[in-house]
Amino acid sequence: MGEDNRPPSLDDLGNRLRAAREHREADSQHKGTLSSGPPGMSGLGWAVRVGVEMVSALIVGVGVGLGLDWWLDTKPWFLVVFFLLGSGAAMLNVWRAAMGYGLAVGYPKQGDSEDEQEKATHGKVAGTSGGADSNGNSADKESER
Amino acid sequence: MASPLQQFEIHPIVPIHIGGIDLSITNSALWMGISVATASVFLAFGARRRALVPGRWQVMAEMSYEFIANMLRDNVGDAGRRFFPYIFTLFMFILFGNLLGLVPGAFTYTSHIAVTLALAMTVFVAVTIVGIVKHGLHFFTFFVPSGVPALMMPLMIPIEIISYLSRPVSLSIRLFANMMAGHTMMKVFAGFVVPLGAATFGIGGLAPIAMDVALTGFELLVAFLQAYVFTVLTCLYLNDALHLH
Repeated sequence: MGEDNRPPSLDDLGNRLRAAREHREADSQHKGTLSSGPPGMSGLGWAVRVGVEMVSALIVGVGVGLGLDWWLDTKPWFLVVFFLLGSGAAMLNVWRAAMGYGLAVGYPKQGDSEDEQEKATHGKVAGTSGGADSNGNSADKESER
Repeated sequence: MASPLQQFEIHPIVPIHIGGIDLSITNSALWMGISVATASVFLAFGARRRALVPGRWQVMAEMSYEFIANMLRDNVGDAGRRFFPYIFTLFMFILFGNLLGLVPGAFTYTSHIAVTLALAMTVFVAVTIVGIVKHGLHFFTFFVPSGVPALMMPLMIPIEIISYLSRPVSLSIRLFANMMAGHTMMKVFAGFVVPLGAATFGIGGLAPIAMDVALTGFELLVAFLQAYVFTVLTCLYLNDALHLH
C-alpha cells in the first residue's frame, strides 16, 4: 500500500518544490527591482545600518580633526574642517547604502573603461543581492540588522 | 539584582605580569581559547571520516566550508581563493564566539569593541596592503571619484579617504553593538523574572521568561548573521582592493 503511493507523492513533492522555488524567485526579483531601500530590509535593521554608517564616518572625521589639532596646536580649526568633511563622508556612506552599492563601498565608475564598469556593476550586484545565489535569502538575513 | 552590564566585566583568571605589562589570562582570553578549540574539534572530527555519503557532522563541516568558499567566489572571484584560509578562520572565530557566548555563564568576547576593532583593523590593514602590493601607487586612484569636476576634487578626495577610513569603525561597531545590545537585553528581561514573580505569586515571572526564550532564538539568528555580515564585508573590501572597483 505504502509502496504504491510513493512515486506519485514524490512527483507531487517535486512539483510543489518547483512551484515554491519559482514563487520565491519571482518574489526576490520583484524585491530586487525596488530602487528605494535594499531588498527585504526591516525598518529597524535599516535604521541601525544607516546609523552605524553615519556615526562611524563622524567618529573618523572628528578623530582626525582632533588629532591634527593636537599635533599642530591649531586648536579648533582642523576639528571644524574635519567635522564637516566627516559629515560629508557620513552622507556619502548613507547614500551608497541607500542606492544599494550598499556593502560594496566603492564608487560606481561611470564612463570609465569597460572593464572597470563591469567591476563596478559586479560589486554592486554582490553588494545588493550579495551571495544570494549561494544561500537563498542571505540578502534578507544580512539586512535584518 | 546584578547589573545587566556585569556580564561584560573582564577579570583575570591566571594573573601574569611580565615587565609591568599585564598579560593575564582573562575570561575573555579563556573563551577565545575555548572557541578556537571548539571550532578545531568541530572541523577536525567532521573531516575525520571522509565518507562519500556524509554523516550529520561531516555535512555541517562541509556546509561551513562551502558557505565561505561560495561567498568568496561570488564576491571576490578567482583571485580571492588565496585568502580563503584567513576568511574562513575569521568567520569561524566570530561565529563560535557569538554562539558560545549564548551559553549561560559564558563570556561573549565579540561584545567588546577591543576585540572587534582589533579584528576589523587587521582586515583593514591587510586589505590595504594587498591593494598596494597588487596595484602599487595606482591603488590611490581608489580615492579619486570619477565623473567629478576638477574643482570639487579638493573636497571629494578627503571625503573619500574619510569614508574609506570609516570602514573598520563601522565594521567593528556593527558586530560589537549587536552582540552587546542583545546580551544586555536578555539580562534586563531576566532581571525582571524574580521581582515580578515574587510580587504576583510566580505568575508574573512567566512573561519575562517567555520574552527571554524568544530573545534566545533571536540572538541565535544574530550570532550567525553578524558573523556572516563581518565576513561578507571583508570579502567585498578584498574585492575592492584586488579589482579597484
